Amino acid sequence: MTYRSVAAPAPARLEWRVATVAQVRDETPRARTLVLDVPRWPGHRAGQHVDVRLVAEDGYQAQRSYSIASAPEEGLVALTVERLDDGEVSPYLCDVLRPGDGLEIRGPIGGYFVWDVAIGGPLSLVGGGSGIVPLMAMLRHRVLAGGVAAAGPPTRLLYSAKHWEELIYREELGRLAARGDVELSFTLTRETPVDWLGYRRRVDESMLAELIWPPAAMPHVFVCGPTAFVEVVATLLVRLGHEPTRVRTERFGPTG
Amino acid sequence: MSEQPFIARGFAGRRAAAQSGRIPPGQYETRDFPVLSAGPTPRTPLASWDFSVEGPEGLLARWSWDEFQSLPRETPTVDIHCVTKWSRLDTIWEGVSLDTLLAAAQPRGTMTWGYMLAVCDGGYTTNLRFDDVVGGKAWVVFGHDGAPLAPEHGGPARLLVPHLYFWKSAKWVRRLQLLQDDEPGFWERLGYHNRGDPWREQRYQGDP
Repeated sequence: MTYRSVAAPAPARLEWRVATVAQVRDETPRARTLVLDVPRWPGHRAGQHVDVRLVAEDGYQAQRSYSIASAPEEGLVALTVERLDDGEVSPYLCDVLRPGDGLEIRGPIGGYFVWDVAIGGPLSLVGGGSGIVPLMAMLRHRVLAGGVAAAGPPTRLLYSAKHWEELIYREELGRLAARGDVELSFTLTRETPVDWLGYRRRVDESMLAELIWPPAAMPHVFVCGPTAFVEVVATLLVRLGHEPTRVRTERFGPTG
Repeated sequence: MSEQPFIARGFAGRRAAAQSGRIPPGQYETRDFPVLSAGPTPRTPLASWDFSVEGPEGLLARWSWDEFQSLPRETPTVDIHCVTKWSRLDTIWEGVSLDTLLAAAQPRGTMTWGYMLAVCDGGYTTNLRFDDVVGGKAWVVFGHDGAPLAPEHGGPARLLVPHLYFWKSAKWVRRLQLLQDDEPGFWERLGYHNRGDPWREQRYQGDP
């Protein structure tokens, strides 16, 4: 049997590039941001990810995917990695890698879980745990592309974590909220500080009805987090009347 | 793969699973069953579920849920490999071979089929080479581990094409569109490889 393929130029390969770690920043006790200087980085869109490859002396290799935290306008690639204690790659990235080290990456990857100001709003973001990372790239892009504070499309973020200490970027998010760039809601599911005024339960239907844009506003909705979190939230959003094609999801499996 | 891989300073890694010869390059073994989908999980009632095979001229075969259940079943035990890097070994499925479905559809005459597009609830599509789905290599499955396939894993029925990356095993599949010319599907239009052989690490467009 012969195959007639549609004539098209061979697409360029996503090449492995050796990035240099410019800076590391501890975000929470379990999450670290790696700021990477990537030679000939082709640019990315908010929400995309990269593959990271670690090769040992004997040629053994391990690969994982990590969402990009930085906005396209920043001209660098920041990854925020959550350390999984029994993982193979994340402990290396969080504990061993230091400024000046090289790190092989390729990307950007993914063209569906992406948002930019041209897509517009209103924008609803729902994040669980380290699922905040690609959503943060969208928020940072919204600010840097808009220039003037609060000029971008109206944006709401609902962010769920187990503990206050595990809310990644919480100070930056607080600053964005103070500037009017985002309407921000936190919910903590395990333990709350004594003076906690926010929500203290898992994301549920009434929380989604109350805190993010209603279906009538025709929002673009992005949901990212662990598998079970995304499954529950996306199902509730459809039940609330959100159009399934306007709900884009990214599910984190256990990526050690 | 670049000519000379960059050695990560101080990285030892684990290699027990990789040495089994069943884990393709860049993959790691998981015992979990992660879920990856681009949107909410669709839920189609079995009463309105059907499965069809179509050619350019239209419908070639169609089954209701009950009719589909009465087709000859197979229970393949296979390894699966997701492009997001996890692999699961010895997964057990129950369903109908594509050989059975295509024979019933009798794509006849002088038509030569090169490709097919799997079309799913929720709008997802993926393209497959015809010779990647015939000869005991692909199934439409409705059971996993002795139980009905859960909606988040593609239930009521999904494609199973285990020798290709798992995005080709489209969830919530409802229709096979037979094609002479290739037509990229959802992820294939968004930068992923057109064929997706994990042993050749065909993850993204431009990979060998």
